[in-house]
Amino acid sequence: MTNLIEIKNVTHAYQTDEGPLPVLDGLELAVPENGFCAVVGPSGCGKSTLTRLIAGLMFPDTGEVWLHGERVTSPRKTVGMAFQNPVLLEWRTIMDNITLPLEIVAPRMTRRARRERAEELLALVGLDGFGDKRPSELSGGMRQRASLCRSIVHKPEVLILDEPFGALDAFTREDLWQTMHQLRSEESFTTVLITHDLRESVYLGDQVVVLSGRPARTQYVMQIEDPAPRPIDMLYSAASVEKLATLRHQIQIAQGRAPAEEAAQ
Amino acid sequence: MKVHPRKVLAPLAGLLIVGLGWEWLVWYNQWPTYVMAAPSDVGPRFLDFYELFAIYSWQTLWRTVAGLLIAIVVGTFFGMLMGLSRILNDALYPLLVGFNAIPKATVVPIMALLFVGQHDFNTIMIAFMISFFPISVSVAIGLSTLEPEYRDILRSLGASRFTIFWKIALPKTLPEFFGALKVAVTLAFIGTNLMEIVEPHGRGLGHLFQSGRINSDYPLMFAVLIALALLGIALYYVVVLLERIFAGWAVRRPT
Repeated sequence: MTNLIEIKNVTHAYQTDEGPLPVLDGLELAVPENGFCAVVGPSGCGKSTLTRLIAGLMFPDTGEVWLHGERVTSPRKTVGMAFQNPVLLEWRTIMDNITLPLEIVAPRMTRRARRERAEELLALVGLDGFGDKRPSELSGGMRQRASLCRSIVHKPEVLILDEPFGALDAFTREDLWQTMHQLRSEESFTTVLITHDLRESVYLGDQVVVLSGRPARTQYVMQIEDPAPRPIDMLYSAASVEKLATLRHQIQIAQGRAPAEEAAQ
Repeated sequence: MKVHPRKVLAPLAGLLIVGLGWEWLVWYNQWPTYVMAAPSDVGPRFLDFYELFAIYSWQTLWRTVAGLLIAIVVGTFFGMLMGLSRILNDALYPLLVGFNAIPKATVVPIMALLFVGQHDFNTIMIAFMISFFPISVSVAIGLSTLEPEYRDILRSLGASRFTIFWKIALPKTLPEFFGALKVAVTLAFIGTNLMEIVEPHGRGLGHLFQSGRINSDYPLMFAVLIALALLGIALYYVVVLLERIFAGWAVRRPT
């Protein structure tokens, strides 16, 4: 099987007043089609830079980013993004927020077809009937659901999620994880999820990638074989607890709090 | 649209109390009109000169609105330059602040000499100069504080800079823009009247004010001030109405 997202030996540095600040160093990532890759790592290790590289908003100093067998050299219409901040446009209804990407990507699509597509997604995330509301009338979890709808409304090949559940309370977060599984079973997209939450990475990911501290390189890759969609109980199984312990140990190595030799055992 | 009676009665009551207080103050101190005219002296002046008030109010109003429209176009333009480019922001900001710091009363005689006899043009220019600064600053701040995620969402889809500006940056800036416009409205009136008073051949309410002064008709001067206040209130509420229409989403509904 070919990989839909392939990041080969990517190195990147930001230019600052104190000279170049390396953020990525020899980063490797490969996600198969319809796969779900959760990326975890210490704060400030360049995870957001990674999302911008995949989206084609930035280009690496060295190394290559490939999407669907093509090298990324400009922004692509086949990408959807959602962030920790749902960034809904307050002057538009939820419906018009969700159809926004279609206005750019499919300007010829009729208004009605756009609405139908949005209604379909709203129903899928449990927001049916909320299309005519304004973002300010929705709770944080509902806004994030709307933001997810917007990120996949144009059927992107690649979905980039930059800590979309990070600001939600624990219960809402678990609800949204399940919504995410539901979306995956109804729609097809290849996902890269940036997160700080190890439970989230194990529950959602087919693959969990641990990045080292800055400059980030791929430190550890874990495959999660459990078939999706997964019940939330899965997180409390002995196998999952063991995975979480392993990941936690890897994060400590990335933070420089545990000796790296142990990782090589 | 349903208007709550309180919305009408409260301001009327406020007006009545201030008017009566003013009348009482003048009566109690036994001030002659050249110290301070009472509302009972001022009122009849509107009736005596209602035709002049109508003509001059219109002149003052259209000049102010013309100045404001130019201020909106130029102010938004500079605001866009400064909000979208850091270099232009650094280059233009001190210039604009300096220009704004010059008291416009000192510019009035310069304009009057520069364009002798062009009363309409001069008046409009002063109204414009005094009122465009807040518009520039607010548009610049609105644009430069746009969260990068907003831009990324559209840019990752290959949207052009213009599309991002039109669909996101511009509407997001509207509440700040209208806030500044409310300030600009009153400033523009000050500008118009500065010019009309200094250059009274130009007519307008400022001219009527000068006539009152020259003829020692003190109640007339007060009447002009009240006419100006009324025009200011009217124009202010036109802006509020436009804000409701174009940026109503930003107004929190009472819950």
